[in-house]
Amino acid sequence: MAETLLLAPWLPLLVGSVLVAVLRGLVQDVVFVAAPMLALVFVWMVPQAAGPGIDWLGLTLMPIASDPTARLFGTAFALAAIGGAVFALPQRSSTERAAALLYAGSAQGVVFAGDLVTLFLFWEVMAIGSAVVIFSNGASRAGLRYALMHAFGGVLFFAGIAASIGSGGTAIRPFAADSIGSVLMLAGILVNAGAPPVSAWVADAYPRASWSGAVFLSAFTTKAAVAVLIRLFPGEAALVPIGLIMAVYGMVYALLGNDIRRMLSYSIVGQVGFMVVAIGIGTPLALAAAAAHAFVHILYKGLLMMAAGTVLRATGTTRLTALGGLARSMPFATAAMILGGLALAAMPLTAGFVSKSAIMQALAEEHAAVAWFALTAISAGSMLYAGLRLPWFAMLRSSTPPPLSLATAPAMKLAMGGVGLVLLVVGVAPSLLMRIVPGIDAVAVLTPDHILFQLQLLIGSSICFVLFLGLLAPRARAIRDTDWLWRSLPQLLVNAVRAISRRGVATIPSRAEVEAKKIRDLSEAWMQRTMDAGNWRTGDIALVATALLGICLFIAAM
Amino acid sequence: MSLIAAVDQHLPVIIVLAPLLGALLVALIRVEIASWPIAVIAALVSAMAAFRLVFGVETLGVVSYRLGGFAPDLGIEYRVDAVNALVLLLVTGISLATLVYARRSVADEIDSGRVPWFYAMMLVAMSGLLGMAITGDAFNAFVFLEISSLSTYTLIALGRDRRALVAAYQYLIVGTIGATFYVIGVGLLYLSTGTLNLALIIERLPDVTSPRALIAAEAFILVGIALKLALFPLHAWLPNAYGYAPSAATVLIASTATKVAVYLMARFLFGVFGIHVELGPVSVTGVLIVLSLGAMFVASAAAVFQRDVKRLLAFSSVAQIGYITLGLALANPAGLTGAFLHIVNHALMKGAAFMAIGAVLLRCGSSRLDDLAGIGRTMPATSVALTIAGLGLIGVPGTSGFVSKWYLVLGAFDDGKGWLAFLIVASSVIAVLYVGRILEVVWFREPSKTALAAREAPLGMLLPTLLLAGLTILFGIDAEFPARLAGAAASALLGGRP
Repeated sequence: MAETLLLAPWLPLLVGSVLVAVLRGLVQDVVFVAAPMLALVFVWMVPQAAGPGIDWLGLTLMPIASDPTARLFGTAFALAAIGGAVFALPQRSSTERAAALLYAGSAQGVVFAGDLVTLFLFWEVMAIGSAVVIFSNGASRAGLRYALMHAFGGVLFFAGIAASIGSGGTAIRPFAADSIGSVLMLAGILVNAGAPPVSAWVADAYPRASWSGAVFLSAFTTKAAVAVLIRLFPGEAALVPIGLIMAVYGMVYALLGNDIRRMLSYSIVGQVGFMVVAIGIGTPLALAAAAAHAFVHILYKGLLMMAAGTVLRATGTTRLTALGGLARSMPFATAAMILGGLALAAMPLTAGFVSKSAIMQALAEEHAAVAWFALTAISAGSMLYAGLRLPWFAMLRSSTPPPLSLATAPAMKLAMGGVGLVLLVVGVAPSLLMRIVPGIDAVAVLTPDHILFQLQLLIGSSICFVLFLGLLAPRARAIRDTDWLWRSLPQLLVNAVRAISRRGVATIPSRAEVEAKKIRDLSEAWMQRTMDAGNWRTGDIALVATALLGICLFIAAM
Repeated sequence: MSLIAAVDQHLPVIIVLAPLLGALLVALIRVEIASWPIAVIAALVSAMAAFRLVFGVETLGVVSYRLGGFAPDLGIEYRVDAVNALVLLLVTGISLATLVYARRSVADEIDSGRVPWFYAMMLVAMSGLLGMAITGDAFNAFVFLEISSLSTYTLIALGRDRRALVAAYQYLIVGTIGATFYVIGVGLLYLSTGTLNLALIIERLPDVTSPRALIAAEAFILVGIALKLALFPLHAWLPNAYGYAPSAATVLIASTATKVAVYLMARFLFGVFGIHVELGPVSVTGVLIVLSLGAMFVASAAAVFQRDVKRLLAFSSVAQIGYITLGLALANPAGLTGAFLHIVNHALMKGAAFMAIGAVLLRCGSSRLDDLAGIGRTMPATSVALTIAGLGLIGVPGTSGFVSKWYLVLGAFDDGKGWLAFLIVASSVIAVLYVGRILEVVWFREPSKTALAAREAPLGMLLPTLLLAGLTILFGIDAEFPARLAGAAASALLGGRP
């Protein structure tokens, strides 16, 4: 049984992370790319069963338990890590590389975890790895916000797990959001999935990573949350509206956005919304379709992030207003962006069409009419922002292109070409994907009516695009997002309370005002001293001690 | 063989006497080169005796030692059970590591004429703390409390910074108030029971006719000890004392002094008074839970706003002590195990953190947060130790901080207080903030001039630092050994007086 542990897909990545941190030069490059490749091999070699248990703190941990869902997500994560690593070869930051492998390894650990505690352990390591990826680009404030958000999610998740151990132990099993424990767990997972009201962390953090780091970020955290939702909350009805809100939110903000990577981050939330809706439906087909969509989404979002990273590395900016006319000088990145965008928009003969068809069919079979219509409309919107607006304004439109400082490195071309090829192959031969996602083989994808319907949708939105070109042109402006809740609201509240109290004080007659001011000054001084305890006077300490003693004695004497 | 047997008989007293005699020797010889080896040897003897005693206790249960052969009601009894065996092991181990670490740091921070006195005071403080932990006599505990406190005041006052004098003076006043409260409480106990031996006090308590004297004794003793362990809101002496003391002294008092005080509080709470005694309408546990929560949140929040790393870590100590007293207040096996585990784990991680900062102080001459910018590039090993300690303070899985928080959360759920479990984990979000500030500055800022000029810490300082950091990781992954000792301590406390 111990061999199973040695085949754990997270093992080569975590070992590789340590090695990358220590090694330098060519050896580091080799380890950086070889580790995720080895992980991919292990994903397919590890037996489809629960591995051995390890006793820890009186609990039995199962660090490795493979099943078809784990293998599907493991494959996608490994592919994304390979692509990301190859793409990041020109990026010579050892910190980012070590963090990226740690991040990829813990994401594997999350999907292969055999019990809730193991799952949580990897969940936390994943938060650390991803935060360091952001930190390593020097984005300390954004990194700290990101770390705090995930610490908050982790706290919810942890409390939920601890509360649920009483009823049924640490086994991974479907929950219903009916007890306080499972609600906390669900909330913790949804924080990572980018659900409202905290969706804004995605678009706040991911564009702050380096040109290569964002590729890793786009792949793991939200999709690992999807995998965990599939395991723990299949068929949870509340997920349908949550997913719909995410899908609408993601599309609207992506349509309005100016920064490419910010748009893509919003689009992650939107696409994860599709998956969350499918998990909320909860039929075997819907769950399989959600998993398949996660698989495909990891690939095309990775490709788009690579294209954006190439542009960023060459020009130093990803703002649409500053870009344009790059098609001739960066043909490879342009092709990658168009292909990724079309896959996102579910163009037939790309992989996106396969998985989105599966989701739509799952909705149709359950007669979830509202969700079906909403998601169809949003699909059309996806075509608008990803298939047309993004490549048009960033690459194709005629404009003075910004000067290029760095040419696209061969390794980057290789990574984009590889991922693009997988997308096309799966699109042409959907049976390949269906072999590893057995649940969706009943879906007939490449039938004339399907293709015709999707083409109508895409052509319709293309006409819209041409008609409303001026409206969709990017503008440099700040858009208010839900992070207003934790970045601006506290300050506003403090100001409001201050204004109200000032007004309240003003109405009090003047003598009382003096008293009130005295009390206020005193209480402020006390607040200050409590926060900055080092500067108490010795007499105050003695006073507090005596007061505490007095209170104890007084209570006792009563 | 007979020699080992004879030594074995006197192990309890050797633990306390070795550092005391070592201190005497250092003070008499007063040669700078000789001081450090003598101090290390004395601590080593004491640590070895403690180690041997722990295994004796695991097989025998309780080891009782009568000083001078007098019966407990006349003389002083040293009494080692599962509870204080753990504390003894911790204090001797940490003191040994600190003394090994101290050589370079002391040579740099202390005026050369005072170095022998510094080591003598370190050994006296160690001896006093060990005496507090080992004695089974309430008044003897007071004597050792004063011994350790007086030497600690001296240690703090030896700091280079002139504010150290004020901090030491403040601690002197506050510590004396605490000790006075304690001795008044012990006096009340003596009046009502006629003995100072803790075991005998427990035997005679049921016969006491006036519960009011007992309750007054409890209030005096608990508030007195609470001052020593810096329970919120009596913590105000601590940040300056830790912040301005010499690095080696900070390590010693941060990882041992408050822990021994916590032990003493647990002894009185569970052993003597019984945790479930009602103080009028409010129970002791209720008060303790509120104060612990105050420590966890207010002190953590204060830590976020500190500019000096030593003061930041000092505030974090107040918060972490809150976790420990919270575990005491839960008063069930899981909660108490968590409390004792956190005594050990916090000593290790805070020791590692203060050691790392001491090394930075040696190389850069500053412990201000801004001056640490980019220190990770020039002092990578020290910074790794600091990082591990910081992650432990947050309670990240894989560090020992997670294990103790896990037990505390389980204890809260066992007690039916789910909201408390949530508050325990929620408070670690604040820890993310203050630890995140340090880590961001250390690893991701452009190095300052002083940081660029710095070299890695000398090996003598690095090894103890990495040892403690390594133990933080080890006890986070394989928690079997500390959890067994802490569990034994918890069941001994709970079993003594259900």
